[in-house]
Amino acid sequence: MIRKMIFHFGRYMIWLRSILSKPEKFFMYYKETMRQMDDIGIGSLKIVLIISIFIGAVVAVQLSYQLGETLVPKWYVGYILRDMVIIDMAPTITCLVLAGKVGSNIAAEIGGMRQKEHIDAMEVMGVNTTSYLVLPKIIAGLFTTPLLVILAAGLGIGSGYLIAIIGGYFTAAEFLQGLTTYYDAYNVFIMIIKSLVYGYIFTSVSAYHGYFVKPGSIALGRAGTDAVVYSNILILVSDYIIATVMTG
Amino acid sequence: MIRAKKIYKSFGDLKILDGIDFTFEKRKTNLIIGQSGAGKTVLLKILVGLLEPSSGEVWYDQINCMGLNKKERRQLSMSVGMLFQGSALFDSMSVEENIRFPLDMFTNFTDGEKRLRIDYCLNRVELKGVNKKYPSELSGGMQKRVGIARAIVLKPKYLFCDEPNSGLDPKTAIVIDDLIKDITIEEDMTTVINTHDMNSVMEIGDNILLLNKGKMEWTGHKDEILASQNQYLSDFIFASPFLKQLKERAFQGI
Ligand SMILES: Nc1ncnc2c1ncn2[C@@H]1O[C@H](COP(=O)(O)OP(=O)(O)OP(=O)(O)O)[C@@H](O)[C@H]1O
Ligand SMILES: [Mg+2]
Repeated sequence: MIRKMIFHFGRYMIWLRSILSKPEKFFMYYKETMRQMDDIGIGSLKIVLIISIFIGAVVAVQLSYQLGETLVPKWYVGYILRDMVIIDMAPTITCLVLAGKVGSNIAAEIGGMRQKEHIDAMEVMGVNTTSYLVLPKIIAGLFTTPLLVILAAGLGIGSGYLIAIIGGYFTAAEFLQGLTTYYDAYNVFIMIIKSLVYGYIFTSVSAYHGYFVKPGSIALGRAGTDAVVYSNILILVSDYIIATVMTG
Repeated sequence: MIRAKKIYKSFGDLKILDGIDFTFEKRKTNLIIGQSGAGKTVLLKILVGLLEPSSGEVWYDQINCMGLNKKERRQLSMSVGMLFQGSALFDSMSVEENIRFPLDMFTNFTDGEKRLRIDYCLNRVELKGVNKKYPSELSGGMQKRVGIARAIVLKPKYLFCDEPNSGLDPKTAIVIDDLIKDITIEEDMTTVINTHDMNSVMEIGDNILLLNKGKMEWTGHKDEILASQNQYLSDFIFASPFLKQLKERAFQGI
């Protein structure tokens, strides 16, 4: 297990170096990046919508339950919910889900191209395939993930607000007071940093697993699983690191 | 001209190629022939640089490919066209987009020029009206021909074809053979073809390398085959009883 991880890490680092090179034709890279943005960004709107609504709702219910009978003022729920969603729930849960949806997709696409000799065919033409197939995905991930996460945060807080009021846990005024107290833009900054890091992780790690897929359909399925598992582990590890560094 | 110098290749303990030393000549259709599993595809992939030999060198004219870094290798690759045994067409692109891909990637042609070139290439492989179709909608033989069109679209100096006419009927196979031979001369190319189609061997075999379990069994021109004393060669070429009979009759002068 450990040896396998070290092996992957080494090969990943060497592979990364070949991604950064001058594009053969800028327009081709641009076109591919746009396609990927559409795939990753627009293609993930629906799922982000659904999960963010539930994140907000669950956090609101949970907090009301835990703080309801205590001396903590009710408006605290709004305050804690806002920061919980912004700092951790929105970026981390959204990206864990995206790693599953987008990551397995990327691994299957690139892995399929490897198995069907499409990558070899491109290499023989003189295309830098690591660059052409991977760079547009990473760039698209870096652009769209923060936007999706911001959307998720907004929707999460909004749905928490609605649920809290509909459930009669407290009044709109109390919740609003909480939302607007102790606001710190730095937390939004943490959220953006996290989403950039996670977006980079699940695109590049998934592309890596697809690129080095072994022959056979079982291996292709495995590459999809590995892409998601490794992305998720790395997202959680970096979540911990970012939390320690940026809030410590 | 492409030169293979003392090429050895093993996968693990399995020896696949055993000392291949051969010159593939310019303006000639060079054939690599041999039984299934003899190592033809492996040798071709070593020649184009998709596989590294365990030892030995590949030279493209004055350039030693083993001494190139990745960037120089890619530069060289732009003058290489290859047809894969399984065609390797990009299956989420239409036929036209497949052939256009190298043009988009490496040329500054205008849209009109690209269109002309695409039509020219499709015409040469005798495919018309399939521009908008997807590879999955074509027969295996048609896919092969699209693969050839894509391989020649950038006017390569070196062309590699892995079984260009397996899966084709004899008539189309001859058309493809002649096409490859013609463009080889027209465009001054060095062409290397893997085949086990005896028609091709007898038709376009300018310079033949016969592989037997990874070893060089015989080399020569198609006209030297009949007179050759090599038992393996004649068993291989005249494997079918029908051809064997024809050969014997030819010798008896019937
Ligand atoms: N990646 C690989 N790993 C291990 N062995 C391989 C690999 N590729 C090819 N081989 C072995 O090398 C030998 C030669 O294979 P190759 O594909 O070159 O045959 P071929 O002459 O092209 O046959 P065919 O006419 O059927 O295409 C085979 O025995 C095959 O099992
Ligand atoms: Mg083969």
